[in-house]
Amino acid sequence: MDWETVIGLETHAQLSTRSKIFSGASTEFGAAPNVQACAVDVALPGVLPVLNKGAVERAVRFGLAVGADISRRSVFARKNYFYPDLPKGYQISQYELPVVQGGSLSMLVGDDEKTVRLTRAHLEEDAGKSLHEDFHGMSGIDLNRAGTPLLEIVTEPDMRSAEEAVAYAKALHSLVRWIGICDGNMQEGSFRCDANVSVRPKGVGVLGTRCEIKNLNSFRFLEEAINYEVRRQIELLEDGGKVVQETRLYDPDRKQTRSMRSKEDAHDYRYFPDPDLLPLLISEETVEQIRSELPELPAAKCERYMREFELSAYDAGVLTSSREVADYYEDLIGALGGAYKLGASWITGELFGALKRAGLEISQSPLGSRQLAGLLQQIQDKVISGKTAKDVFDAMWNGEGEAAAIIAAKGLKQISDAGELERVIDGVLAANQKSVEEYRAGKEKAFNALVGQAMKATRGKGNPSQINEILKKKLAG
Amino acid sequence: MSLSLPEVKQVAWLARIEITDAEASAAQGKLNDIFKLIEQMQSVDTEGVAPMAHGQDVVQRLREDRVTETDRHVLYQAIAPQVEDGLYLVPKVIE
Repeated sequence: MDWETVIGLETHAQLSTRSKIFSGASTEFGAAPNVQACAVDVALPGVLPVLNKGAVERAVRFGLAVGADISRRSVFARKNYFYPDLPKGYQISQYELPVVQGGSLSMLVGDDEKTVRLTRAHLEEDAGKSLHEDFHGMSGIDLNRAGTPLLEIVTEPDMRSAEEAVAYAKALHSLVRWIGICDGNMQEGSFRCDANVSVRPKGVGVLGTRCEIKNLNSFRFLEEAINYEVRRQIELLEDGGKVVQETRLYDPDRKQTRSMRSKEDAHDYRYFPDPDLLPLLISEETVEQIRSELPELPAAKCERYMREFELSAYDAGVLTSSREVADYYEDLIGALGGAYKLGASWITGELFGALKRAGLEISQSPLGSRQLAGLLQQIQDKVISGKTAKDVFDAMWNGEGEAAAIIAAKGLKQISDAGELERVIDGVLAANQKSVEEYRAGKEKAFNALVGQAMKATRGKGNPSQINEILKKKLAG
Repeated sequence: MSLSLPEVKQVAWLARIEITDAEASAAQGKLNDIFKLIEQMQSVDTEGVAPMAHGQDVVQRLREDRVTETDRHVLYQAIAPQVEDGLYLVPKVIE
């Protein structure tokens, strides 16, 4: 039987506020245990939560960036369950009236554009962290993370493969960083996904029973976990079994998902409006203020690069894949005063190649946009050819200095002196009479051989377009 | 609507309340009286009345995003049953 996979994602993006969502404790990562857990976070009796304006603004910014409705009035609810890293016995979240409703996100999957509809995005607080090692049979609880603001972003079941789910997660990851609401650090847990996965026979309308895989904190784990889960469900169904709706965990070492028994009655959360928090009202002015501060979004920027700079869809897409890349590109072409296509091809070609080989992100590039501009300027000014520029690029990458200095030190300056080139070419023509005759007999290839000889005679420093021109002139004459 | 005895016991379990059979039966009666009251309230015609999320007709005040709390974990941990390396220790919980 042919099966169809159906996936919906819930993503927890940690909002990049300085303080927690309901208290004035710091959210900085990496502090010693419990030093950033204040009376509100440890749930001492009598404390009251007060909502962080920065968290609300970030939620609104996200909503506007995905074209969602911003709820003018939203409500906080208590989600009740018992776990030692949740000292209140409930998590403050939003249930019936979330701050962001609807919206969508588009991305490329291979060569095709895919749009994923969003159901909602709501504000909530994170729980603390449980440590299970080395405490003589007990668990250690660190509440520094308790109360950290999260935006939970929920999609419709619109994805049909692990590949699409990863493409969506990457696009979302790029967007939250682009609009500056989340640092996107997946190792530190700032961006983590839960995947709802089900399968159904192709052509059937109703959804199959789903399983939820929790806490996937890398794109690779997301892909592996979904692929494993899809195979598991299909095998189960083909053997005449049934999928049981449950929460599962992915074990990256065994590359398997397994049932989380402790969550068996976790779906009975008994939500109710939190009496400690009043309804959140967001005024039209606040929304308009935040809208006016939004940066140009990736999709709009991509479209502008294609229109204004005449870049290909591929180049424009790559250059707007993250804010850092787009900033680098814009700095580069700003310094060059144009050269849109030259700049684009050097970033997507040489620079990305070198970064990939070194395992670096563009923000860690040893070559800044101004330095690269210095190199490309030398090409623009015809001081060096594009071919020589690649050698200069390597030297710059290895920290040998600025482009102009390297060109001077290594004597790479292109020979553009017409008199000198003519002398070289006369010599080449005299020494290669056979090629000259072949060319005159109509063999185009012979011309390239002569160009090659002329380049060789100048040790690669001859200006290629000038050599072409002079050769043509002399051969014609 | 009324609760069955197993439902009462389930609610008690979710709230981590230890309850005997006799207590469960007593709670069942009391809870069902409360449900009757709710039913009575729900029979009132509320057409055109906006739902109320809070007893007071005021809205949430927002706090500026500033760190205002200092480290007081030693004080808070003074009342914890067991502490080690700055962590609260609890009976083992593991997934």
